[in-house]
Amino acid sequence: MTVNKLSLMVGGEAGAGITRSGFLFAKSCLRGGLYVFGVNDYQSLIRGGHNFYTVNVNAEMVYSQADTTDLLIALNKETILFHKDELVSGAGIVYDGDQINITPEELGRNDLKLYPVPLAKIVKELKGPKIMENTVALGAAIALLDYDQELLNSVLHDTFGSKIAELNIEAAKQGHSYVKEKYSDSFGYSLKKTASAGKKRMFLTGNEAIGLGALNAGCKLYAAYPMTPATSILHFLAPLDREYKMVVIQTESEIAAVNMVAGASYAGARAMTATSGGGFCLMTEAVGMTGMTETSPVIVLVQRAAPSTGLPTYTAQGDLRFAIHASQGEFPRVVIAPGNVEECFCMTVEAFNLAEKFQIPALIISDKYLSESHGISEPFDQHRIRIDRGNLITETKYTGKEEYMRHKFTENGISPRAMPGIEGAIVRTNADEHNELGYTTEDPVLATKMADKRFRKLDALNKELENMETVKFYGPEESDATILAWGSTKGPIREAMKLLSKEGLKVNYLQIVYLTPFPAAKVQKILQSAKKTIVIENNKTSQLSSLIREHLLTAVDHKILKYDGRPFNPEALAKSIKEVL
Amino acid sequence: MVTLDDLKTPKDNTWCPGCGNFGVLMAFKKALIELGLKREETMMVSGIGCHGKIVNQVNVNGFHGIHGRVLPTAQGIKLANPDLTVVGFAGDADQYFEGWGHFVHAIRNNMNMTLIVHDNMVLGLTTGQATPTSQQGFKSKSTPFGVIPPMLNPLAHALVSNGSFVARGFSGDMFHLKNLMVAAIKHRGFAFIDVFQPCVSFNYLNTYDWFSQRVYKLEEEGHDVTDRKKALEKAFEWGDRIPIGIFYNKERPIYHDSLPHVKDSPLTNVPAENVDITSALKEMM
Repeated sequence: MTVNKLSLMVGGEAGAGITRSGFLFAKSCLRGGLYVFGVNDYQSLIRGGHNFYTVNVNAEMVYSQADTTDLLIALNKETILFHKDELVSGAGIVYDGDQINITPEELGRNDLKLYPVPLAKIVKELKGPKIMENTVALGAAIALLDYDQELLNSVLHDTFGSKIAELNIEAAKQGHSYVKEKYSDSFGYSLKKTASAGKKRMFLTGNEAIGLGALNAGCKLYAAYPMTPATSILHFLAPLDREYKMVVIQTESEIAAVNMVAGASYAGARAMTATSGGGFCLMTEAVGMTGMTETSPVIVLVQRAAPSTGLPTYTAQGDLRFAIHASQGEFPRVVIAPGNVEECFCMTVEAFNLAEKFQIPALIISDKYLSESHGISEPFDQHRIRIDRGNLITETKYTGKEEYMRHKFTENGISPRAMPGIEGAIVRTNADEHNELGYTTEDPVLATKMADKRFRKLDALNKELENMETVKFYGPEESDATILAWGSTKGPIREAMKLLSKEGLKVNYLQIVYLTPFPAAKVQKILQSAKKTIVIENNKTSQLSSLIREHLLTAVDHKILKYDGRPFNPEALAKSIKEVL
Repeated sequence: MVTLDDLKTPKDNTWCPGCGNFGVLMAFKKALIELGLKREETMMVSGIGCHGKIVNQVNVNGFHGIHGRVLPTAQGIKLANPDLTVVGFAGDADQYFEGWGHFVHAIRNNMNMTLIVHDNMVLGLTTGQATPTSQQGFKSKSTPFGVIPPMLNPLAHALVSNGSFVARGFSGDMFHLKNLMVAAIKHRGFAFIDVFQPCVSFNYLNTYDWFSQRVYKLEEEGHDVTDRKKALEKAFEWGDRIPIGIFYNKERPIYHDSLPHVKDSPLTNVPAENVDITSALKEMM
């Protein structure tokens, strides 16, 4: 019997509530003190197609999905046919035997355990909607796993309104009893509540964590145009705008969104927008404008796969260079890449602080895998959050001796920032090159001085970043190889490291969190002692390798790249790492 | 009280002698004086083109943004601080070409602000190409054989987009234009003024004389500004007689009326510090 180690998959067609039911199962595990990671896979369509959600459950911290599946809830036949080869020997399949007829020939293997449950019949008897079949299946899965039905009930209760919750709880109960009567003690996997059951832990997506970070950072305007996989930030913030005294606005385009954010930021409100690659293409001109006008937008770029529309609902890390270089001309910016939900939260706050302190655009770069997968975290500690608005004049009256100058030359390049409306100051800014007062200029001396002023802020920023966690190091000091990576590959890499260390292989990992400005000195220090370097990225051209070469004149030894729109799986990744060790 | 002297800036004016923009500039300054607006509470946003330099010429708050994006930037400022009197300045190519996508949506949003389009029916700063309001057949550097499509009708578009204040002025009649600006700024909602503003360097067709011979004032002919259908009829009037003045002026709820939580306090007054997110965190557990 395998206890508290399970990979479960729910699959079916779009519109069948796949993500929802996978999420409910995961949350039931969470409340039993188990660690979980949930990832969804769906296509760019509303009905039909094939969707699945995978939950990886463990008694210990789990950072990503697993390569294989132990229990499959199949809400249609395709799900079985698509995933039969990912099932481990002894894996179970819960499905509706009245609706799905699967022959041993179709299955092509005889080491699986089939658990037909009359999902549709039970729902029909309860007079529930068809979508409730997945709840019956959840009850059945809980029974097979001999897990605590009450935990599922509590999640159903909190998720649905009371009347719908009741119906769902009954549906789950029926699925549960059916399995208990028919297939008692036949499955080789079980889940048990752990000692930390009832301990408050969070289970959320990267996008929700970014939304929470924005709230906690005092973001007052969120403007965005829907684009997968960034849209759920808009969905998360929109219902909260009244409670948090902010404005959430869906604009006519990404161009409108980013210019609106620039306007609000200039006016003195913290403001953010988010989009994916196509929308970010539209935003690029305004990114430069914020660099020039020294305003402080936070822009979230949630990457998806391939050029143009590409694979709209799949993941990649192909936009790193694009984020670093977006917009014409030269100006300082930050590009931050969180690697898990907690970092999504903290780094959103950091982005707001750095944007305002240095009066530059701050970009957060994530991807579909991080933004929509559910990760676990200890409750975010909002009391540790520090808000730094930089050189912002908060008095209602400007009392400076000289005329207020929005772009005043200072030693560190950062000009005192007044909000328009303040008595005694005129706040003028300009996308054209300008003088200290914000008036247009084409004077070569002034143009040079202004560019130098803007880049003095970069020196100041670099100094600030020295004391911040711009890279993170994991694993033993001494190792046979050092992994270099950024962003969402963190989860699979840490899972792969677990597997490698079980085999006695020593590998450590440097997560580069700040891609711009590039933490060259910190990366250099690690590279000096690295026996072998391996860059792991979800892209074709290994953009991180090119950055390392650019900043450190060093070629990395190996690259492990994946660009099929899917995240790395830990076992496969561990195998690829072993091959180059 | 603000004076013409207060509004003066140290910047040289680089418009061509006789440029229609001078009339817009003077009308705006006089409107500010008449309205008794403080310099600090006045916010100008401009786009790219000859018009955009107007931010250099008035000593009030200014954001000289990028081509076509006056309206989103201005709306962002207005959302952040509705206490500011926000006036957007755009050119005809700036607003009706590059920024067209924002035009109808800003009108729909109906934030309490003003848009003034310097409409000279030609691209001036890029030395003479056609714009959406160039007349069909207009020959320019980019259209040596004449503009192929018909003119765009910005007033009609504003009217059918539920515009609450739609007007047209002529920079050759500065006093009239000033009155329009005063009414527009006083209007509670999104006020739009298209201003005929002759380009003396690149528009040989739509000159001061051309406009002077044709324009007449709606208010002198008993036009009912609360009748959208009549306004639309007037918006289509083009030829020997072209109407200027207020086509339509009827208030409807503004964007902020639907934001009760920020109606009375600008977002810029809400502290970024000490936001308690406990309840949002609990949702995730």
